Amino acid sequence: MDALILSRIQFAANISFHILFPTITIALGWLLFYFKLRFNFSGHPVWMRAYRFWVKVFALSFAMGVVSGITMSFQFGTNWPGYMESVGNIAGPLLAYEILTAFFLEATMLGIMLFGSNRVPSWVHTLATFLVAFGTTMSAFWILALNSWMQTPDGFEMRDGIAHATDWFAVIFNPSFPYRLTHTLLSSGLTVCFLVAGISAYRLLYKDHKKAPRLTLKTAVITAAILAPLQAFVGDMHGLNTLEHQPAKVAAMEGLWHTVNGAPLVLFGIPDAETQTNKYALEIPGMASFILTHDFDGELKGINEFEGEHPPVAPVFFSFRVMVGIGLLMIFISWWSTATVLRKKSLSKLQLKILIGMTFSGWVATLAGWYVTEIGRQPFIVHGVVKTADAVTTIAGENVAFTLAMYISIYIVLLIAYISTIFRMAGKAVKEEEYDLTPPGLPESEKGDAQEVAA
Amino acid sequence: MNWLDQHTLALIFAGLTAFSILLYAMLDGYDLGVGITLPMNNEAWRDTSIASIGPFWDANETWLVLAVGLLLVAFPAAHSAILKALYLPASFLLIGLILRGVAFDFRAKVKPEHKLRWDWVFKIGSIIASFSQGFMLGLYVVGLEYTYLNVVFALFSGFCVTAAYALIGNAWLILKTTDEIQLHAIKRCRQSGMLAFFGILAVSLINPIVNVNVLNVWTSPPFAYFFAIIPITCFAMFAIGYKVLKDLPLEDDQGAGLPFLMSCVIFFTSFVGLALSFYPYVVPNQLTIYQAASSAESLNIIFIGAVFVVPVIAAYTVFAYFTFRGKADELKYY
Repeated sequence: MDALILSRIQFAANISFHILFPTITIALGWLLFYFKLRFNFSGHPVWMRAYRFWVKVFALSFAMGVVSGITMSFQFGTNWPGYMESVGNIAGPLLAYEILTAFFLEATMLGIMLFGSNRVPSWVHTLATFLVAFGTTMSAFWILALNSWMQTPDGFEMRDGIAHATDWFAVIFNPSFPYRLTHTLLSSGLTVCFLVAGISAYRLLYKDHKKAPRLTLKTAVITAAILAPLQAFVGDMHGLNTLEHQPAKVAAMEGLWHTVNGAPLVLFGIPDAETQTNKYALEIPGMASFILTHDFDGELKGINEFEGEHPPVAPVFFSFRVMVGIGLLMIFISWWSTATVLRKKSLSKLQLKILIGMTFSGWVATLAGWYVTEIGRQPFIVHGVVKTADAVTTIAGENVAFTLAMYISIYIVLLIAYISTIFRMAGKAVKEEEYDLTPPGLPESEKGDAQEVAA
Repeated sequence: MNWLDQHTLALIFAGLTAFSILLYAMLDGYDLGVGITLPMNNEAWRDTSIASIGPFWDANETWLVLAVGLLLVAFPAAHSAILKALYLPASFLLIGLILRGVAFDFRAKVKPEHKLRWDWVFKIGSIIASFSQGFMLGLYVVGLEYTYLNVVFALFSGFCVTAAYALIGNAWLILKTTDEIQLHAIKRCRQSGMLAFFGILAVSLINPIVNVNVLNVWTSPPFAYFFAIIPITCFAMFAIGYKVLKDLPLEDDQGAGLPFLMSCVIFFTSFVGLALSFYPYVVPNQLTIYQAASSAESLNIIFIGAVFVVPVIAAYTVFAYFTFRGKADELKYY
């Protein structure tokens, strides 16, 4: 194996591990802010209990995100020196703004959010919670601006092989950015909804009779029921945008080898690059054309149009099906659970178990989605501008292989530790009495259990 | 738009990068130092030690991201040359930082019988990260070449930086703790201070011997007289610090902040000394900051942002330190 493929695997491993945690912290930050606001307005301790349980998960996820993120700042230069050489004028300022406007804000405010509730007035603590959520979202804004620019570059000109920005507004708000940002933020929302629903369901299944897990479960499934169909809609628009700017990626997603009118929707199949066909294909005639061109006979370009400049079909094709499959499952499960919850009934054991099974489904869908878009951009690192192979390092393959093995083994251990710790925290919460909380001026029992809590 | 020329911008960004590295070394230095000397035989002390850095360590590490980020965006050729040469030690640094960062959170959340395990991970991760940084610094000083002698020097530098971090870490603990753990920190501070002293002394002597440029900087008048303030201040801090540590603790906890303040001065002078030795090179004897700087247009746009944002960062950082002033045992999670 050469340095190119090793560097790609290493970067993919690091960024895949990293994205798991921001995906949680972006939306969980806003959920915590919501819990804190509800507590401020109602004074009901159950909101504080929900806050205190989930802020621990937030702290753990944030730490995992920070430390895996530091790795990225080193690898941009070590693994992809050619990237900064050719498009550093664009990527540099975007990354710098991310660090300056987001990283410091979230990291500093996190300290106040986690340890400061007895040291600052309540409104400052609420503000810190807001700023942490705001910071995580700002960091998504900048990094997705850069990623989108790599997919649909705009607002620049090439001089002597080096990109120079001509219009920063066009660089940041490049054609795919609004879609990608919305799609990613919604995926963070769904990931957190199913995480919260799954962990709350776990507590309920193990006979946690407290109010907090019921409340968080309800909040999570209802939010998911709104976000999941919205995500399908936004995803569709994102797909149309991709068709316009990166047709080769769409051809790979659809498993479309040859340009054709009335392309079928391949539900399942095994793409074979040798014969340029899909084996064992299960297809709906004309459906892909209908979805993408709104015409059953519309023309879709196939892989054959992009000789030497198209991504490998199979990984994009399969990842896309995993993402869409989980998305559909999320719609079905969130609606089913919401229907039950809204009829004031508690979920059945079967429903609870399904939700537990779906706890980390958002991660799988998020990763699959990123594989679609990142592998789908190949062989380019910046679409149409720089090829990945031209940006790669000259570090010896053995060194990359050695560090790759080190990173992967640590990531596996940490992932196991992370998941088991979250379930352990849930199990501990079942056995524990309610957290001792006596918010200023509000005795525990007064406004408490008799009152119905609405989500 | 380009109201600052390339030359000025290169200098400004070299200054900003240096400032970030220095702040990183001081800030993450003390929380790494707390990890390095974590007392493994006393759980209560460990809890207090770690509580003392709890609200800060995330933001402290962000200075590393900024430093490496600035190097990446302002001096991309240097980022790639330095970090490629330091690829393996940098990987160990990252692994160390990953391990200690997550251990910090896991230790409080896992089964009680597994807590000790994560405390070890925290300590060992801190040591790996510190030692790797020292190794990287050492190899940088001798020109990023892996010869036998250079590696020996880099290993030695690894020990020195670890000792220096232990010094500032324990100085932080003296400031943030009371009673027995404070006494323990004073003792440790004295020990690590000794090691750091001999380390810095050795590097100060070896550096001019291996680098002709460095020798010139420190011996050619008239600047050399002026520059002499730097090592004199640094070593004076060690001498006075030794006395201060002997007298501590005083009544009403007077002077508990002195060791930390003095450690910061030691870090500052050592850093300025190194920076002066290498200016204008960003990759020693190979690439100057003016050759490595990226184009004026992108540096301008970052500079405009930095002018507005850095004061805000400074303000809320001060606010955070003000919020968590006082002793660590009063800190309560959530």
